[in-house]
Amino acid sequence: MAALTHDTNGHHEAHAHEDEGFVSKYIFSYDHKMISKQYLITAIFMGIVAMMLSILFRIQLAWPGESSDFLSMFLGERWAPGGIMKENMYLGLVTIHGTIMVFFLLTGGLSGIFSNLLIPFQIGARDMASGFMNMLSYWLFFISSIIMLTSLFIETGPAMGGWTIYPPLSALPQAIEGSGLGMILWLSSMAIFIASSLMGSLNYIVTVLNLRTKGMTMSRMPLTVWAFFITAIIGVLSFPVLLSAVLLLTMDRVLGTSFYLSDIIINGEMLENHGGSPVLYQHLFWFLGHPEVYIVLLPALGLSSEVISTNSRKPIFGYRAMIGSLIAIGFLSFIVWAHHMFVTGMNPFLGSVFVFTTLLITIPSAVKVFNYLTTLWKGSLIFTPAMLFAVGLVSSFITGGVTGIILADSALDIMVHDTYFVVAHFHVVMGLSAVFGMFAGVYHWFPRMYGRMLNTRLGYLHFWMTIIGAYGVFFPMHFVGIAGAPRRYYDNSVFNEFDTVAHDMIFDLNVIITYFAIFAAIGQGVFLFNFFYSVFRGPKSVQNPWKSNTLEWTSPVEPIHGNWHGELPTVHRWPYDYSKPGAEDDFIPQNVPLKDGEEEH
Amino acid sequence: MSFKLVVLLVIVLGTLAIAQLIRLYEHSYKLRGRREEDIPNRDNKLNANALLVFGIALFAFFIWLMAKYGYTSRGEAASLHGENVDWLFDINFIIIFAVFFLTNGVLFWFSFKYVRKPGVKAFFFTHSNKLELIWTVIPAIVLAFIIIMGLKSWNDIMAPSENQAINVEIFSEQYKWTARYPGSDNKLGGFDYKATTGNNPLAIITTATLDTAIKYMEFGTDDGSVLGMSLLEEKLNNPKNMFIPKDRLKMEKELDSKSRLVRLLHQMRARHDSNKDVNAYDDVLETDTLHLIVDRDYEFTFRAKDVIHSAYMPHFRLQMNTVPGMVTRFKMRPTITTEEIRKRRNNPTFNYIILCNKVCGSAHYKMKMIVVVETQAQFDKWMSTKKNFGTTFLTKAEAAAPAEGVVSDLQVAVN
Ligand code: HEM
Ligand SMILES: [Cu+2]
Ligand SMILES: [Cu+2]
Repeated sequence: MAALTHDTNGHHEAHAHEDEGFVSKYIFSYDHKMISKQYLITAIFMGIVAMMLSILFRIQLAWPGESSDFLSMFLGERWAPGGIMKENMYLGLVTIHGTIMVFFLLTGGLSGIFSNLLIPFQIGARDMASGFMNMLSYWLFFISSIIMLTSLFIETGPAMGGWTIYPPLSALPQAIEGSGLGMILWLSSMAIFIASSLMGSLNYIVTVLNLRTKGMTMSRMPLTVWAFFITAIIGVLSFPVLLSAVLLLTMDRVLGTSFYLSDIIINGEMLENHGGSPVLYQHLFWFLGHPEVYIVLLPALGLSSEVISTNSRKPIFGYRAMIGSLIAIGFLSFIVWAHHMFVTGMNPFLGSVFVFTTLLITIPSAVKVFNYLTTLWKGSLIFTPAMLFAVGLVSSFITGGVTGIILADSALDIMVHDTYFVVAHFHVVMGLSAVFGMFAGVYHWFPRMYGRMLNTRLGYLHFWMTIIGAYGVFFPMHFVGIAGAPRRYYDNSVFNEFDTVAHDMIFDLNVIITYFAIFAAIGQGVFLFNFFYSVFRGPKSVQNPWKSNTLEWTSPVEPIHGNWHGELPTVHRWPYDYSKPGAEDDFIPQNVPLKDGEEEH
Repeated sequence: MSFKLVVLLVIVLGTLAIAQLIRLYEHSYKLRGRREEDIPNRDNKLNANALLVFGIALFAFFIWLMAKYGYTSRGEAASLHGENVDWLFDINFIIIFAVFFLTNGVLFWFSFKYVRKPGVKAFFFTHSNKLELIWTVIPAIVLAFIIIMGLKSWNDIMAPSENQAINVEIFSEQYKWTARYPGSDNKLGGFDYKATTGNNPLAIITTATLDTAIKYMEFGTDDGSVLGMSLLEEKLNNPKNMFIPKDRLKMEKELDSKSRLVRLLHQMRARHDSNKDVNAYDDVLETDTLHLIVDRDYEFTFRAKDVIHSAYMPHFRLQMNTVPGMVTRFKMRPTITTEEIRKRRNNPTFNYIILCNKVCGSAHYKMKMIVVVETQAQFDKWMSTKKNFGTTFLTKAEAAAPAEGVVSDLQVAVN
């Protein structure tokens, strides 16, 4: 297939009529729209797997020791003899659930789907800077997903050290069986994933910097593109550090080096390793790990900025402040990582510094929230499913952000670190906020992806089941954490041996949580149904269903190579001219020239 | 559980049925010419109202949870710094509640209030420097307060111990805790992991433990379950022995490793100052229960044998990771005896606890140690029943020597 050339004023009709083979159209496609859909389908699949894993271990938490057909059905005799889950499998499930959700659904998924779809569309480019690299990026993502999934099916089980895979546990197969082949697969999968992510990010950065159409200055870019841009920069700067952490761990495992190991006797074996530090791994891991959480969140914020503005029929409030906070968050996210390590024995003074920087990051976060609220104020709100999810995002971003303040206070972190309070915190910001952002994106841009509409009513049902289920799961979880329940416990029955009151409370809540989790999972069934039904049978979309200003809605409904027939659109204004006084319509697309005497906002 | 499975299936099928019904409904709707993206005012209002109701329900849920479970298990802190932590926690909680209620409240209220109404146009409002300044500065001030209060507590908690604090070591391994008391001198003996043998699980260094460790490397156990260097060498050199290459390689590696380790042990032994042995011999080891004296300062040091663990004592608001190759610390003064707290919590079987709070393997969730806080007299009485390390180690070693040597399941790494 012919690679596209990317001169911004060239004529590209030739490409539109090009006959493509099945393989180059649907499989090894260079086209950003197709790659975006490939990411979407893969991410949905990975998300379903990870969600199912979570239902399995939620059943274990709510009814430990009870035999369950459901568990034996999925885990078989090897991992759930007699319908009772094995301890090690519990840890394996938690680990793979976390890994898939964070990396494969929210990182690969969010950026992969929406950066790919929207960057070229919204800046008025025919495609990504390098279609080939884009394709490679997807296929590496695909391979790494396969490897990660494979690890669930091997004899010794998947990696079992938690998604953060702290050594020595993850370095020593003698310590837990998942640290054998399962960990090797985890490490290989992640190495490939990182390569994929880097190719993707570099592509996004170059595209944004070089391929903007005429008139699309940086200060006229939609906030979505800004968010993807900052996210890509964060990814490029932080993922290599994870790669080095992974490589050093591999060397400790394979070559007998001592980066992370020192003075260890495991299963009666005295190891010779001396001088390494497990804490070094944690520094490296979280140097990625924290920026990573913003890699997950910023795209979601970007998507919802667009959705909220469009469906409020109002400009986003404080456009420049929004960009400013994106940049501030991006920068600060690199200097807060050690707030995950307050009680690792790290120097307490260093801890203080990280308390300070971490709490600073809440300021730009707060600014974003206030700006969203003001955008709603005196708007003319239209609650499409996308808009509902965007409002849900703002709500959960607040809820999760405020518990972050507790965790960032090292003195308080002592009592809740590694408990369910932390689990609740990050699920509210990732499992709710980021996922809501993703759904908002899917509902809003589905017409642009498939040329058809999703069913609105089912979208409502999906939204309400999701938000009720998700809050129902993660609100009580804070209290499980405050009660002192550590995370990654296979069975909380041990509480019975020293505090029956705490035991009863934890179990009460765990049962509630599990029911809500099952409810929310069923809600996702509604989405899947709606999604796949509408891909094939949904009503055809019109050109600009949401009456939106950004350029993607000027491209033909039937996707074409090169995105626009004839010349690329020229941009004359910012993307948020909604309900501008003096205009007839309540929206003015970016490619509409300023009227005589009209001021640019 | 099979009942639950049925319930689950019913729910799944039910949802699908509902989905189908909605589909049908939609089709009839489409006949009337409505497009999917046109949200009828009725639906729009319905969702706006639902958001408000949801917001209220969310607040109610939260208040209910807080009232019912907010303090249930946490209870009052049982340590001096813990009281301070609780105070700080409460203040921070009040602040974040306020923020949570206010902003979420505004969000749901606006969603309800500004829903599209026919004929009402949205207000074109792009930015306001004043507003933005206000909501940058106010959070900044609140955060400055939070940071200052937090760091003050943090510095106090992490400051070095007073001199008279009792040194207690907490040792962790898969999947148990061991406490080591310093004896009357309040000094803990030194340690090095290479000195670990069956009788010396905490790798305490004394002249005798080093000798034992060396002997153990060189000659292994007498029952032959672990081979020392001499036997390994003999086996490998014996022309009559045939090994498959893998086993031979393994033994060679083991021999290499042992000879390197034993060299280090010899060096350590040569440098060892036997005057320090007394510090170690009066130490007392305890694996069952950690006994603490109420209102005394403790300086805990933490070690790990194999992987990272974390000593989590929720009732004392104490948590510190235990890291292989590193010593970590935390100081603490328990303020309420076990007896007293049982009364206050109205829970006669309540016990303080150390939980492991860093995933460390399959039985991670069972790795715990009961903590008992008692009066000086009760403590002394308990302590008087304990033998110190010197007694247990030396008598065992002597009784066993020379016939049995050091009994241990220790095996030197192949790695
Ligand atoms: C207002 C801003 C936030 C602050 C101050 C904050 C603070 C913290 C702190 C201090 C921790 C460490 C807790 C501990 O382990 O004891 C933490 C954990 C975490 N946070 Fe946040 N956070 C904020 C927002 C977010 C956002 C937006 C996300 C993701 C989208 C996020 C994701 C996470 C994750 C994944 C962890 C836990 C990782 C683990 O231990 O497995 N946080 N947060
Ligand atoms: Cu972080
Ligand atoms: Cu442990």
